[in-house]
Amino acid sequence: MTYILKPQLHHPKLPTNSLGYTRRDYEGSVSTLCAGCGHDSISAAIIQAVYELEILPHRIAKLSGIGCSSKTPDYFLGASHGFNTVHGRMPSVLTGANLANRELIYLGVSGDGDSASIGFGQFAHAIRRGVNMTYIVENNGVYGLTKGQFSATSDKGSKSKRGVVNHDSAIDLVSIALQLGATFVARSFSGDKAQLVPLIKAALSHKGAAFIDTISPCVQFNNHAGSTKSYDFVREHNEAVNRLDVIVGREAIDVDYAPGETIEVAQHDASILRLHKLADSYDPTDRVGAIAYLQSAQARGEIVTGLLYVDPEAEDLHDGLGTVETPLNALSDSELVPGVEALARINAVLR
Amino acid sequence: MQRTRAEGPEYFHKVVDCQWACPAHTPVPEYIRLIAEGRYTDAYMINWKSNVFPGILGRTCDRPCEPACRRGRVEEEPVAICRLKRVAADNKGAVAELLPSPVEQKNGKRVALVGAGPASLTVARDLAPLGYELVCYDQEAKSGGMIRSQIPRFRLPEEVIDEEVGYVAQLGVELRLGQRIDSLKALLEEGYDAVFVGAGAPRGRDLDVPGRQEAAANIHIGIDWLASVSFGHIESIGRRVIVLGGGNTAMDCCRTARRLGGEDVKVIVRSGFEEMKASPWEKEDAMHEGIPILNYLVPKAFTHEGGKLTGMWFEKVVAEYDEKGRRRLVPSGEPDQHFECDEVLIAVGQENAYPWIERDIGVEFDEWGMPKVDSVTFQSTHPKVFFGGDAAFGPKNIIWAVAHGHEAAISIDAHCRGERVSDRPPPKASLISQKMGIHEWSYDNAVSNDRRYRVPLRAPEVALKDVRVEVELGFDRELGLKEAQRCLNCDVQTVFADDLCIECDACADICPTDCITFTTEEPEPDLRGKLKAPALNLEQDLLVSGPLGTGRVMVKDEDVCLHCGLCAERCPTSAWDMQKFMIETAQAGAACR
Repeated sequence: MTYILKPQLHHPKLPTNSLGYTRRDYEGSVSTLCAGCGHDSISAAIIQAVYELEILPHRIAKLSGIGCSSKTPDYFLGASHGFNTVHGRMPSVLTGANLANRELIYLGVSGDGDSASIGFGQFAHAIRRGVNMTYIVENNGVYGLTKGQFSATSDKGSKSKRGVVNHDSAIDLVSIALQLGATFVARSFSGDKAQLVPLIKAALSHKGAAFIDTISPCVQFNNHAGSTKSYDFVREHNEAVNRLDVIVGREAIDVDYAPGETIEVAQHDASILRLHKLADSYDPTDRVGAIAYLQSAQARGEIVTGLLYVDPEAEDLHDGLGTVETPLNALSDSELVPGVEALARINAVLR
Repeated sequence: MQRTRAEGPEYFHKVVDCQWACPAHTPVPEYIRLIAEGRYTDAYMINWKSNVFPGILGRTCDRPCEPACRRGRVEEEPVAICRLKRVAADNKGAVAELLPSPVEQKNGKRVALVGAGPASLTVARDLAPLGYELVCYDQEAKSGGMIRSQIPRFRLPEEVIDEEVGYVAQLGVELRLGQRIDSLKALLEEGYDAVFVGAGAPRGRDLDVPGRQEAAANIHIGIDWLASVSFGHIESIGRRVIVLGGGNTAMDCCRTARRLGGEDVKVIVRSGFEEMKASPWEKEDAMHEGIPILNYLVPKAFTHEGGKLTGMWFEKVVAEYDEKGRRRLVPSGEPDQHFECDEVLIAVGQENAYPWIERDIGVEFDEWGMPKVDSVTFQSTHPKVFFGGDAAFGPKNIIWAVAHGHEAAISIDAHCRGERVSDRPPPKASLISQKMGIHEWSYDNAVSNDRRYRVPLRAPEVALKDVRVEVELGFDRELGLKEAQRCLNCDVQTVFADDLCIECDACADICPTDCITFTTEEPEPDLRGKLKAPALNLEQDLLVSGPLGTGRVMVKDEDVCLHCGLCAERCPTSAWDMQKFMIETAQAGAACR
């Protein structure tokens, strides 16, 4: 834990976005996680992404559960809304918040314990329903707060810091999310911000359930030889299928790729996802192909990263339910209590 | 770009901007930390060892350290380094026990010092403890040179001069005051092993325009007039005074005139206000005392009536720049302006004068009449004759004179021992980790958000009444502590160990000023452009690692690093460490014997 405050002084040439905010304005308090924690890099990536997307801080709601990862919302977007839920219950609270007010941008932050163990069912149903959110799992494959037990995402055969071999099968949250119908699925690595920041930007601008599994080494308990979530292992086995640029508004497009290797995907909010293919056969709009590719890569011991699947035409929970556009707290009494006649009409329909 | 060689004393010395900029390389952050700890005596002694006159310089230094101060690049103003030095001097305890004692056993070598100003006194301070017999000549009745004669008492009280000049004198220096040297040849013939010339730049430049002779009684050369005031020969001046010139001497003249009865005092300069040679704070101080500064006015003539000065004519000019950016002052075409006055002080520059050095004794002079002096050894073309201070390269200031004195003392010592003066002893440098434990550092690394504190002043109605009342009250201990905490501890260095880094990004993420980037290696100009915050200040170095595990390199731009230690604090493998860099430039006698 760091005791000194981060100085307010910043680089004299620190740029501002169109709202007049610097990147530093999107920071939170100084992290109390262990030095070198991958989660801190993810926090920095979130700060960078929101700064670049030029989002007003009060338009974001950040929600989390319990665990090292779920502590991190304190360390970014200090001026945004926040809700720290019971262990594993972040998806339900987020769903409720989203139903009540669809005007906010929802950012769920969770860990492998919070989402793959105690909150596994919660995770599944929020994804399945297509809640419009960005759901980031900071996945270190270990229970860090309780000093190093295997988590549900620890790979079978990997070794704990004490040398114990894991005999349980791992839950692959990316494959599960694809099967559950997530309309934006990505995997990234805390040690690769060039990849992670555009993915977070794309997820935040995606309409529907956007899921990012971010491998985030635990320096204290899962960064040794024999671990499959260490900095070294992930760097050695990382197979990125594409590189992403997110183009918002009328920004000049200056990415220079060879023709035929790049595809563009337009999202609902007019942002364009420009994907530079790294793996020839990989098509990020093919859900079945994506699942098959992931399975075969996993069998080879490779960790597939990048934007794995996106459905730009996705619908969300509100579309399915036909809910009112206006946030509930902005509805007036006359709208909320339409009177006896309206009730009678509804009852008549149900008879 | 190659991996940075941070191993020698050079690289990290440059990071300590204040110490690098100081001609005497005083360890500024070290003494500021001591002030913050209330260890004023220790802070004073560090200064005394390095710059000989802490109390004097703490009031009068031209402070090249402050424009260099890193704080000035991350917020508006630098740390008030100079006035903190005064805090150490004002609050110190007894130092007599800490000073070197006079040497009983002399080494048999005799050195003559011409002039008893800061350069000569520094040479004396460095050589006396080594057993040299030192004889110091000065034409004035008191020692101190320009410190005593040109700096007005309201900026520098006499007792401060007496005290610090006294510390040198008590080391066993024979002061022959009131004794003017008229012949270097004769002096050399007295059998000295070496002669040091620290006689300053004693001649004030005159202004030869019509009326100068006729009105001479009311026209004075600035530095001579200041000396007469300092020595009590002049105690008043006319009601309306014009000071000509834009340097620090002009500022001292106008402020002194204000205290001797000048009610309507103005400074008139040829150049623009911005280009004036005076330090910005000296101009501010003058204007604060109600003295206007009028610019772009070239003196044309003195007007007089019956031998009495009545005023001056000036031509209004404008600055024009040619294609090479050279400035020319050309008449504006406006009618000439007349300013009435009773007295004029001319402070338009100082010159060296060596009528007392014979041209046939081996001391060669250049085409501008300056002695040929080696810029490293301060030796002239005569092996026994050394120069320093204003006498060597023209008018500068006290801290340069001190720096010259230290180097000349090394040369004189080498010369007297039959060694080559060109062999310079290396500095003493050390680099020591400040880590005390987990999250514990031996320095106060929290960065203060305070803006620069102003030095309290005496009320104008008191200050302007008496030329001997010190106008600045100095920081008290409380203000001194607050100002000291603005120091960023630039001597506590960020030291990077390539082989320990796991590239987790923690340091790059936490750095408050975006100094750290992990990137592919490139030639320096390209590298500077692609950093997290482009490194546009070319004066400041990049700390570049060797190739790391992923083949990338770590690049740290030293420019606006706050030395807060957060990179080391958040580093899981201690690849970053905060290490205190200390450098002491060599002084005479430093080498092993």
